[in-house]
Amino acid sequence: MTELLGVPAPVLFGQLLLGLINGSFYALLSLGLAVIFGMLNVINFAHGALYMTGAFVAWFLLNYLGIGYWPALILAPLVVGAFGIVLEKTMLSRLYKLDHLYGLLLTFGLALIIEGLFRNAYGVSGQPYPIPSALQGGQNLGFMFLPTYRGWVVVASIIVCFGTWFLVERTRFGAYLRAAVENQELVRAFGINVPLLMTLAYGFAVALAGFAGVLAAPIYQVNPLMGQDLIIVVFAIVVIGGLGSILGSIVTGLGIGVVEGLTKTFYPEASATVVFLIMAIVLALRPHGLFGRPRA
Amino acid sequence: MPEAAGGGEALLRVKDLHAFYGESHILHGSEFEIDAGEVVTLLGRNGAGKTTTLKSIMGMVEQRQGSITLDGTELIRLSPDRIARRGIAYCPEERGIFASLDVEENLMLPPTVQSGGMSVQEIFQLFPNLKERLRSSGTQLSGGEQQMLAIGRILRTGAKLLLLDEPTEGLAPVIVQQIGEVIRKLKAKGFTILLVEQNFHFASTLADRHYVVEHGRVVDEIPNERLQENMGKLHEYLGV
Repeated sequence: MTELLGVPAPVLFGQLLLGLINGSFYALLSLGLAVIFGMLNVINFAHGALYMTGAFVAWFLLNYLGIGYWPALILAPLVVGAFGIVLEKTMLSRLYKLDHLYGLLLTFGLALIIEGLFRNAYGVSGQPYPIPSALQGGQNLGFMFLPTYRGWVVVASIIVCFGTWFLVERTRFGAYLRAAVENQELVRAFGINVPLLMTLAYGFAVALAGFAGVLAAPIYQVNPLMGQDLIIVVFAIVVIGGLGSILGSIVTGLGIGVVEGLTKTFYPEASATVVFLIMAIVLALRPHGLFGRPRA
Repeated sequence: MPEAAGGGEALLRVKDLHAFYGESHILHGSEFEIDAGEVVTLLGRNGAGKTTTLKSIMGMVEQRQGSITLDGTELIRLSPDRIARRGIAYCPEERGIFASLDVEENLMLPPTVQSGGMSVQEIFQLFPNLKERLRSSGTQLSGGEQQMLAIGRILRTGAKLLLLDEPTEGLAPVIVQQIGEVIRKLKAKGFTILLVEQNFHFASTLADRHYVVEHGRVVDEIPNERLQENMGKLHEYLGV
């Protein structure tokens, strides 16, 4: 068996792939958190719970309505996005003038409630969600075996991430968003309905989390705690990448996933802490994050 | 020259306007009017309430009372975006150029609120510098270019009433002249302009009338052709 750096090549590439998959989820989630923090000034602790909700919506659709993976990939994000819009309209929007802490407390409480409800109803053992038939099996690439579904997850999330990048950085709607992040008051005085923009931004960002949840369902099983496990790492990634840049969130998410994968290969003991180590180093050297700008 | 009193034809009519930031009561019953096509300045010392007057017209203060009508329509209860959509555009003192947008995005940012706005080509004729800097980030521009961008971008929208807050502040004399020239051209095109100015020599070259603001209300009105005879009074108001 070929070895690379003293490790069997299939093991190394296997961990790299796993890292890329985790990184895909990190990227999708940290992107949404960055959009929400930029626009709403809210640290959205409910993001993990909404990611989990996305997975559960897909599972409900399949088990109660017989609606499969592909429609769920569209429907579940819509459901989660609509739910997010209701949360924003009825609760979050009342907190914008207050300190960050209130938004954080509200969303943290919401996360506990949402997770608690699912946990109460479905336990924590996890519900299986089948891989869609078109994506079963895998390819032998010579140096490693690539399960088709996992390849799809990486490709799909990269497409959605860059779609989001395009939306924010290259369209009129994105220009409104970026301008509103800098100076909401003035953007509003130009005739743009900023409260509506904020509602849409929140709905869109949590829909991304819902989308990630559907992608994750066949890999991790559908489990009320799946968001909790992920969200702390995602917050660390947001800190590392900084909040100024969409591209930064994507690159940092994927990069940290890969770093984690490599750490698992070469020094498994550190794989759970390496993210936080990097976060500490970044905070010490570049407090605004790798891609962030100081906020005015 | 139209006297401010009476008449149903004023474009903007402000009556008994009060504005508050938290506990602070900033405007204390300000009253004035602007007719369509006029250039009117608000003169006054720092802190007299000139900027707050503009922001109150736009709905950008925490709380306001009184009456602000545009073409007879009451604006006092509308949100800033609704007010903008009625055809008022605001150019803030700090210019408000967005750093994360390039010059073209800054220029195209304010949505069209009414028909009849200027085309981008016409704006480039007024401000040729902007055309060469379209891909630059908004804040890479010089102060003068930023001011031109800040004025240029509100001309596209079709708004007929422009609120300009100290457009000449901190700019070199040659740029101040250029901005003055632009304001004259805008008046000739039929824009109505409410201008906040510290520099009343500059204001006297453009304006039809001047309102003097003191302690959050309009205390005097001076037609521009009678500026010279009122110089003594004005120096006293402005403390210069």
